[in-house]
Amino acid sequence: MQVTMTVNGEPVTREVEGRLLLVHFLRDHLGLTGTHWGCDTSNCGTCVVWLDGEPVKSCTVLAAMAGGHEVRTVEDLERDGQLDPVQRGFIACHGLQCGFCTPGMMMTARALLDRNPDPSEPEIREAISGQICRCTGYATIVRSVRWAAAVERGDVVEAAAVAEDATGPDVEPAAEPAAAGGAQ
Amino acid sequence: MTTTDPRPAGFVDNDHKPLGHGRMHRKEDPRFVRGRGRYVDDVQLPGMLHLAILRSPLAHARIVSIDTSAAAAHPKVKAVVTGTDLAAQGLAWMPTLSNDVQAVLATDKVRFQGQEVAFVVAEDRYSARDALELIEVEYEPLPPVIDVRTALADGAPVIRDDLEGKTDNHCFDWETGDQAATDAVFERAEVVVSQDIVYPRSHPAPMETCGSVADFDRVEGRLTLWSTTQAPHAHRTLYALVAGLPEHKIRVISPDLGGGFGNKVPIYPGYVCSVVASIVTGKPVKWMEDRSENLMSTGFARDYVMRGEIAATREGKILAIRTNVLADHGAFNGTAAPVKYPAGFFGVFTGSYDLEAAYCSMTAVYTNKAPGGVAYACSFRITEAVYLVERIVDCLAQELDMDPAELRLRNFIRPEQFPYRSKTGWVYDSGEYETAMRLAMDMAGYEDLRREQAEKRERGELMGIGVAFFTEAVGAGPRKDMDILGLGMNDGCELRVHPTGKAVVRLSVQSQGQGHETTFAQIVAEEIGIPPDDIDVVHGDTDNTPFGLGTYGSRSTPVSGAAAALVARKVRDKARIIASGMLEVSVADLEWEKGSFHVTGDPSKSVTIQQIAMAAHGAGDLPEGLEGALEAQICYNPVNLTYPFGAYICVVDVDPGTAVVKVRRFVAVDDCGTRINPMIIEGQVHGGLTDGVGMALMEMIAFDAEGNCLGGSLMDYLIPTSLEVPDWETGHTVTPSPHHPIGAKGIGESATVGSPPAIVNAVVDALRPFGVRHADMPLTPSRVWDAMRGAATPPI
Repeated sequence: MQVTMTVNGEPVTREVEGRLLLVHFLRDHLGLTGTHWGCDTSNCGTCVVWLDGEPVKSCTVLAAMAGGHEVRTVEDLERDGQLDPVQRGFIACHGLQCGFCTPGMMMTARALLDRNPDPSEPEIREAISGQICRCTGYATIVRSVRWAAAVERGDVVEAAAVAEDATGPDVEPAAEPAAAGGAQ
Repeated sequence: MTTTDPRPAGFVDNDHKPLGHGRMHRKEDPRFVRGRGRYVDDVQLPGMLHLAILRSPLAHARIVSIDTSAAAAHPKVKAVVTGTDLAAQGLAWMPTLSNDVQAVLATDKVRFQGQEVAFVVAEDRYSARDALELIEVEYEPLPPVIDVRTALADGAPVIRDDLEGKTDNHCFDWETGDQAATDAVFERAEVVVSQDIVYPRSHPAPMETCGSVADFDRVEGRLTLWSTTQAPHAHRTLYALVAGLPEHKIRVISPDLGGGFGNKVPIYPGYVCSVVASIVTGKPVKWMEDRSENLMSTGFARDYVMRGEIAATREGKILAIRTNVLADHGAFNGTAAPVKYPAGFFGVFTGSYDLEAAYCSMTAVYTNKAPGGVAYACSFRITEAVYLVERIVDCLAQELDMDPAELRLRNFIRPEQFPYRSKTGWVYDSGEYETAMRLAMDMAGYEDLRREQAEKRERGELMGIGVAFFTEAVGAGPRKDMDILGLGMNDGCELRVHPTGKAVVRLSVQSQGQGHETTFAQIVAEEIGIPPDDIDVVHGDTDNTPFGLGTYGSRSTPVSGAAAALVARKVRDKARIIASGMLEVSVADLEWEKGSFHVTGDPSKSVTIQQIAMAAHGAGDLPEGLEGALEAQICYNPVNLTYPFGAYICVVDVDPGTAVVKVRRFVAVDDCGTRINPMIIEGQVHGGLTDGVGMALMEMIAFDAEGNCLGGSLMDYLIPTSLEVPDWETGHTVTPSPHHPIGAKGIGESATVGSPPAIVNAVVDALRPFGVRHADMPLTPSRVWDAMRGAATPPI
C-alpha cells in the first residue's frame, strides 16, 4: 500500500506493507536511525517519536496509521545548527551514557516542556516513566530536563545550579554545552 | 545530589582538579544527542539480507525431524540452514569461553527453551520471520532438569549426553581457602550463624539487544563483521580458531554499543549463523535478535544457591567464613571468566574483613536453562561473593544484637595491613575502609536515621536501614594467572602524535557507554599535555586498534587505562630527547611542565609538545639514533588487580498493608583510587545502584517446572524505571592503587556489586518486628508479604 506522511517537516510517500511498523519505516525505509528499537512489548520506549506533537512508541504504530499525520524524530530536534535546549541539557548534565534510550527520552522531554515549562522532579519522573534507561539511574536525566527548562525560562541561576550538581564547579569553560554541541 | 569530600590528610585531592580536566563533558555526546550514534542495527549495506533464528519451544527434547521445504520455497527466502547442514561443515558446535562446547544449531537435542534450531535468510526482516513459521520440527519431549537442587539426583535425565561418557549433570567442582583451618575455627567459636542465601538468575538486558552484520568477500576471502561485542579482538581470534578463517582476513567492528553489562562478552550462535549465512549467500547478512531472544537465550547472570556460615566471638570479632555453593550453569558452561577461575572471582567472599580462616566449596551443574553465568556487571562473580558476605554479616549482627555498621567497623582490614593477603589468597592493594564507612554514615545521618526508625517502630511503621561495605577485585589481569581460552588478559595501546600536535590513541577495549572517548583522552592529555579535545580515541575495530581482551569486569581503566598512561609516557620520553636537540641541552637539563619542556633554571627556553611533534616529523636532523615521528605502542600486563571499595547505606519504607518496598534514600561512598572524570564516575555509580534496585526488588529470570522461561519479555522481566529509584547521594574517598601508573581502580561495576546487599539488608531490617532474619531477592510485594507472615521461600 502507499503511505504519505510528513516526517520532520518533509512530505514522504512510500510503498509499504500494511503491517510495517512505524519504527521500521523510519529506520529501514527513511534511514532515520536515531529512533531505536529495544523491545517487542512497548515497555522500553527507545522508539519514542512524535505523532502530531504527541510522543508515541513507534513500535506500536503502523506506518499506515501515520499516513496523513506529522511525525517528528530526534533528527529534527536540532534546528538551524542550534541544538535544542533538551539536547544541550543532556550533554550538560550527563543525561546519557550508551545513548540508546536518549533519543526517545529527549522526545518525551521536549513534549513535556512544551506543555509545562517548569516541571517538578516528580512530574519529570512521571513523564519518562514509560521508558527504560539501563545506564544512568535516571537522576541525571531528570537534571538534564530541569536544566533545559531553566534555560528556556531564562533562569540562568537555576540552570547553573542544576549543571553544577552534575558537573561540579570545576568544569572547563571550553566545554560549555552549546560549544560542545557545535563542535562536530 | 550531595557530593561530600572529606579530604582526610594524606589523600590525593583529584576531584576538583582530577587529571587537570576533571568533569569535562563527554566527547561522544554530540553525536548521540543528534541521533547519530552508529549501532549495529544502523548498518545498512547494499544487497543486505536478513537472518532470523528458529528457536526451541521446549526445554529438553530430542529432535526427530526438521522439514524446511516450505520455508525454502518462500519467494523471498534465500537460504534455510539446520544443524545438520552445519554439522556437514563441522560447524554445528562451537567452544564456549569456559572450554565447554555449545551448539550453534541443535542437531541431536534441544537443551533449553529458546535454543537455536535453524535459521532463515531472506530479503527483509519480516519475510525471514514469516519463513520461520513454515519450518516443521518434530520433537520428542524429554523430562527437563530445572531445579538445580535435584540436578545431581540419581536418575536425573542427563542433559549433556553429547559429552563422551557423561552420565550425570555435574559441571565442575571448585574450592578455595583452608578447609581444616576453617573447620577448626568454627569448632571453637562462641557464635556461629548459618544462613541459606539464593542469588537468583537475572539478566543484563541492555537496551540494545545482540546482533551482527556479516559481510564475506568471496574474492578476497575476507570477512567484515559488525557485531555487538565488548571484546572485538578476542572474538576475532576465536572466529579464526573456530571457523578456520585466517585471522588477518577477519575484521571485527564493534561500533556504538547500546549498553553491554557483560551481555556482549560471549560469542553467541547468532553471530556465527550470520557469518555462515554471508558465506553461503555471498551477500551481507544482518541478524538482530528481538527482546525475547535476548532475555531467553543470551548470557544470564548469577544463579547461585549458597549456604553462608560465619564464626565470631560474642564481642563481635569475626573469625571465619565458610560457604558452600551450588551453581546453576545452564545447558552449556558459557561462563566468561579467566580459565583458572571457573567461579570467577567468587574467592573474594571474605569481603573487607580481617579473618583467621575462610573456605568455600562449590559444585556447578548443568540444567535445561540458557547458558551464561558471568554477566550483568558482576565483576566475575564478585556480586555473588559480596552479597553472601554482607548478608551473613548482617545475620551475625542480628544474632549479636549489634548495630550492623558497628560490627563492620570492628572487623575491617586496617589501613596499615595493606597490601593485605586474604585467607583465600587475594592481595588487596590499598584501602581506607573506616574512613569511607564513617563518611557514608555522616552523609546519611546514621544516628538520626536510627532514632527515626525507633520512633516509627513504636507507631507500627516499617522503616529499614541497610548497610553494606564491599571490596572488589577488578582489572583482570596478570597474564601468569589469567587468560581466556589461552589469551592472556593484557591490553595494547597505541599513541600517534601528528605533525601539528594533534593525536590519536587507539585502544583494545570497547566502550558500551562508559565514555572511553573522553576519559582515555583525559588520561593521555594529562601525560603529554595535549588538550583532550585534540586527542581522538579510536576503539572497536580490530583493523585499527592493537590487540587486547576488551571491556568487562571493570577492567578498562585498570588495564587499558594503565596502558594509555604508559604509552603517553613513552612518547613523552622520546619528546624529551627531541626537545634536548631543539634546545641544545642534555636531556638531564630539561624539566617537564605539562605540555612543554624547558631548560632547568631558564623557563624562557622551552618547547611545547606541539613544536616537538612538528620537529619529530620535520626536516633537519634529530638527535643521533632517533627515528622520526612521535608515536609508540605498548602492551600492558598488570602486576595485580585493583581493589576499589565502597560504603553504602540504604533507607527503605515498607508498606505494612501492601508489602511494597520503597527505596527512600541511597547513600553511596565509592573509592576507585585516582578519579579521572568524576562526572562519569558518578554516572557509573548511579547506573549500578539502579541495577541493584532491580535485582533486589524486581528482576528475576524464573522458570516453571517444564522449563518455560517466565521472564522472556520486558512485561515479565521488570527493570526499574524513574519511579522506582530515588535521587542518588554519592560521595567519595580517594585511596590510589599503588601499582597502577596513575593510581586508578575500576568503577564500572562497584555499585552493581555493592547495592543489592544494602537494599536487602534494609528490607530485612524493616521487617525485624516480624522476626525476619533473611528473605531472598527479588523482594517483590508478594515475597515480602510471605516473609512478614514467616513463610519466606527461596526463589527456586
